[in-house]
Amino acid sequence: MIRGSFTELLIIAVLAAFAATVPLVANGYWLSVCVTGMMYIALATSWSMFSGPTHYISLATAAFFGLGGYLLATGMSDYQQPFWLMLAIVPFTGAVLAALIGLATLRLSGVYFVIFTLGLAEMIRNLVSWIQNNFLGSRGLYVLTDYTERHIYWMLLAVAATVYMLGWLINRSRLGFSLRIIGGDETVARHVGINTATAKVILFITTGFFGALVGGILAPRYSYIEPNQVFSPQLSFLVVIIALLGGSGRLWGPLVGVIPFTILWELVQTYFPNQTTLFLGVVFLVIVYFLPHGVVGRLEQALEQVRKRR
Amino acid sequence: MARAKLRVERVTKRFGGLVAVDGLSFDVNEREVLGIIGPNGSGKTTMLNMMSGAFKPTEGFISLSDRQISGKAAQTIARAGVGRTFQLVRLLPGLTVLENVVAGAVFGHRRQWGQSAKMVALRMMERVNLNISPNAPITELTYIDQKRVELARALCGEPNILLLDEWLAGLNPTELEAGIDLIKTLQEEGRTIILVEHVMGAIRSLCDKCVVMASGAKIAEGSPEQVLADPEVIRAYLGDEDE
Amino acid sequence: MLDIVISGLLLSGTYALVALGLNLQYGVSRIMNLANGEMLVLGALAAFWMFTVGKLNPYLTMVLAAPLAFAGNWLIYRFLLRPLVSRSKNQGQLEVDSILATFGMSFILIGIMISIEGGFFAYKYLSIPIEVLGTKASLSRIVAFAVACCIGLALYLWLNRSRTGMAVRAVAVSPQSALLVGIDVPKISALAFALGGAITAVGGVLISTFITLDASIGVIFTMKALIIVIMGGVGDTRGVLIAAVILGLVETTVATLIDPGLTLAAAYLIFLGILLFRPQGLFGRKPT
Repeated sequence: MIRGSFTELLIIAVLAAFAATVPLVANGYWLSVCVTGMMYIALATSWSMFSGPTHYISLATAAFFGLGGYLLATGMSDYQQPFWLMLAIVPFTGAVLAALIGLATLRLSGVYFVIFTLGLAEMIRNLVSWIQNNFLGSRGLYVLTDYTERHIYWMLLAVAATVYMLGWLINRSRLGFSLRIIGGDETVARHVGINTATAKVILFITTGFFGALVGGILAPRYSYIEPNQVFSPQLSFLVVIIALLGGSGRLWGPLVGVIPFTILWELVQTYFPNQTTLFLGVVFLVIVYFLPHGVVGRLEQALEQVRKRR
Repeated sequence: MARAKLRVERVTKRFGGLVAVDGLSFDVNEREVLGIIGPNGSGKTTMLNMMSGAFKPTEGFISLSDRQISGKAAQTIARAGVGRTFQLVRLLPGLTVLENVVAGAVFGHRRQWGQSAKMVALRMMERVNLNISPNAPITELTYIDQKRVELARALCGEPNILLLDEWLAGLNPTELEAGIDLIKTLQEEGRTIILVEHVMGAIRSLCDKCVVMASGAKIAEGSPEQVLADPEVIRAYLGDEDE
Repeated sequence: MLDIVISGLLLSGTYALVALGLNLQYGVSRIMNLANGEMLVLGALAAFWMFTVGKLNPYLTMVLAAPLAFAGNWLIYRFLLRPLVSRSKNQGQLEVDSILATFGMSFILIGIMISIEGGFFAYKYLSIPIEVLGTKASLSRIVAFAVACCIGLALYLWLNRSRTGMAVRAVAVSPQSALLVGIDVPKISALAFALGGAITAVGGVLISTFITLDASIGVIFTMKALIIVIMGGVGDTRGVLIAAVILGLVETTVATLIDPGLTLAAAYLIFLGILLFRPQGLFGRKPT
C-alpha cells in the first residue's frame, strides 16, 4: 500500500542536482531544448499523477498553461504588478479552474471528461480573444523581465522537483493508495469507504495548479503574449504523449518519456516541419498498439521475465 | 425485544418501468444471520445493493442502528460500518493480496494506516484461512481464495454488519463445506450477517431467519424450516428447483 | 427573428447528420471516435478537390465518397479498432484505448490532408440566394438540409424496419444479449462503424458547399457532434435530432445577436449545463 522508497527519492535528488548544472555547460539552442524538456517533465509528471491511477485522460493542460501565462502577462502588462507576485497568484487560479472542471465532470464517465477538457482550451482561447478584441482593444501583452533562459530553466527544475516530491509523498499516503484502488475498480473503492470524487478532484487540482504555474514561468520566454499561442491545444496532446510513452503507471515514467520524445520532436520540427501532426498521430498509435503501459511497462515486463527464468 | 440493528422499511426500487424491489420491509437484529432467498431475478441483489449504497431506493428507508443510511453514498455507508462482498468477485488486479485486503482496514469503518493496518489485514487473512503469500499477485488465486480475499477485505473494516452476496455460489463440494464452516465461525463470533444465497444447505445450517422474495416482494419470513415448508415459497421456486 | 430560426434549422440539418454518424459509432460499436471530425473534413476535401481539379459536382462527389468512406471506416474498425475491443478487459479500458487510437488517427488524417491542401477549401457552388418564408438563404444550404433529411429518414427506416437494422439496435442496447440471440456482434459493430463514417463524410461534403473548411478544423466538428450526441442521449436517434436543432438554433442566435466569435462558447455553455444537470441526455433516464 505504500509505494516509493527513499532510494528512489535519492536517485531523483541526484538527477536534479545534475540537471541544475546544465545551464553552466549548455547555452543557445541546447539550453532552449532543455528548457522545453524541463517544462514537459513538470507538466507530464503532474499530469500522470492524476491520470495514471485514475485513467482519466485530461486534455486541459493547455487551458491551465494558457491561463497561467495569460494572467501573468495581464497582471504585469496592464496592472504593472511584479512578476513574482503574479507568479504566486496564477497557480491558484489554475487550481480553482481545475476544481470547477473536476466537480462538473469527474463524477461522470471518463468519456465526458475527455470531451470536456478537449474543447476547454479552445473555448477559453475563443473567449479571451473575444474579450480582448471587443473590450480591451488589440493591445499586446508584454512580459518584460530580466530573466533569461537559464533562470527559466532553474525555475522549471524547481517546479519539477516539487512535483516529484509531492508525487512521492502522495504515493506513500492514504490518498495515493486510494487512487490505485479507484484505478482498479471504482465500485470497490466506494464500498471500502473511499470518497472517490474527492480523491480525484484533489489530484486534478494539483494538475491545474502546476499547469498554471509552468505557464506563468514560461511567459517571460515569449515576452509577447497572445491567446492563440499560449492556449495552443497541441501542448495538451504533447503532454499526454510524453506521459504515456514513458508510462503513467510510475512516478518516474514521464521522465523516461521526455528525453527521447523531446529529441524526436526537435528533429521532426527541424527536418519535416509540415509533418509534425502526422508524427504525433503515429506516436499515438505506437503507444496504443505497442506500448500500452509505456516504456516503463515494457521494462518491467522484461525484468519480470528475467526474474522468472532464474 | 432486541432493538433492530438494520431496519428496512417499505423499500421500493424501480428501474424505469421495472419494479425490482416492491415495498420490502424486514429487520435484522444484533448477532443475527438473515438469509435473503428467492428465485433468480427476484430482487435479492438489488436489495443488497441498496443496503450497501450501490443503488438508492426509489421509496422507503433503510436504517442502521437507528441512523438512516438509505440515499447516502456507498462510501458513507461503508464508513458507517457496512461491509460487503460482490456476487461476481471484484478484486483489484494491479495490487497484491495484502494490498487488496488492507484496503478494507485503511478506508473502512476503522481508518488505520501503516503497520497497524497491515497487522489487521494479516490477521484477517488468517481468519478466513487464506494460506498464501501476502505479496502474491492477485491474479494467481483459486476461485475460493479470491472469495476469501474479498471476505477478508470486508472484515478488515470491522463492519457492524456484513453483506454476503452469493458468497458460496460456484464453489465445488469440498470448498462449499469449508465455506459454510467459515461463515459459521463468523456467526459464532457474534457478527450480524445478511446472506443472499441459493445454496439451501447453507441457509438451513447458517440462518436464524429468512426473507423469501419473489418478483421483488416478500412472500414469506421466518425460520429456514418454516419458510422452506411454506407452500407459496415452494410455488415460487417451482421450475427453478433444478438449480 | 424568423431568419434566425430558418438559418438555425438549416444548419442543424447537417449537424444532425454528422451527429447521427457519431451516434452509430459510439452507441453501437462502443467506439468514441474522436477522428469523426476529420472524416467530415476528408469528405469536404474530396468535394473541394474534385470540384477544383475535375470540375465535378459536389453532389456527385458525395455519391462517390459515401461507399469509399464506408470501406475505409470498415477497414479502420476491422484492423485497428477490433483488436482493441478484443484485448480490453472492461469498458473503461476500451474507452481509454479507443480515445487514444482515434486521436492518433485524427492527427494522421490531418497530417495527410495538410500535405494535400494546406490552405482553405474554398470553392463556390450553388451559392445562389433563395427566398424562404421571407428570408434569404443560399441554395446550397437548402439542398444540404434536404439531403440530410432524406438520409436521416432513410437511416431511421432502415434501423426500425429492416432485419439488419434491428440487429444494430439490439447491439446498441446490449452486445452481450445480442450475442446470445445469435447476432454476429463484431460484424454488426463493424457495419455500424463503417456506416457512421460514411454518413459523416457525406455530411462533410454537404457542409463544404456552404462553409469554408481547412484541414485542421475537424476537432471543432468533433466537439459539436459529441455535444449533440451527449445532449440527445447516446443511442437515442430522436434525442440526437432534437439536440442538433437546439445547437443549430443557439449557435445561430448567438452569432446573429451577439457575436459570431462566441458560438463555440455558447455550445460549451450548453454542454456544461447538460453535464451538470442531465448527464444522461435530454430524454435519457437516470443511469443506475
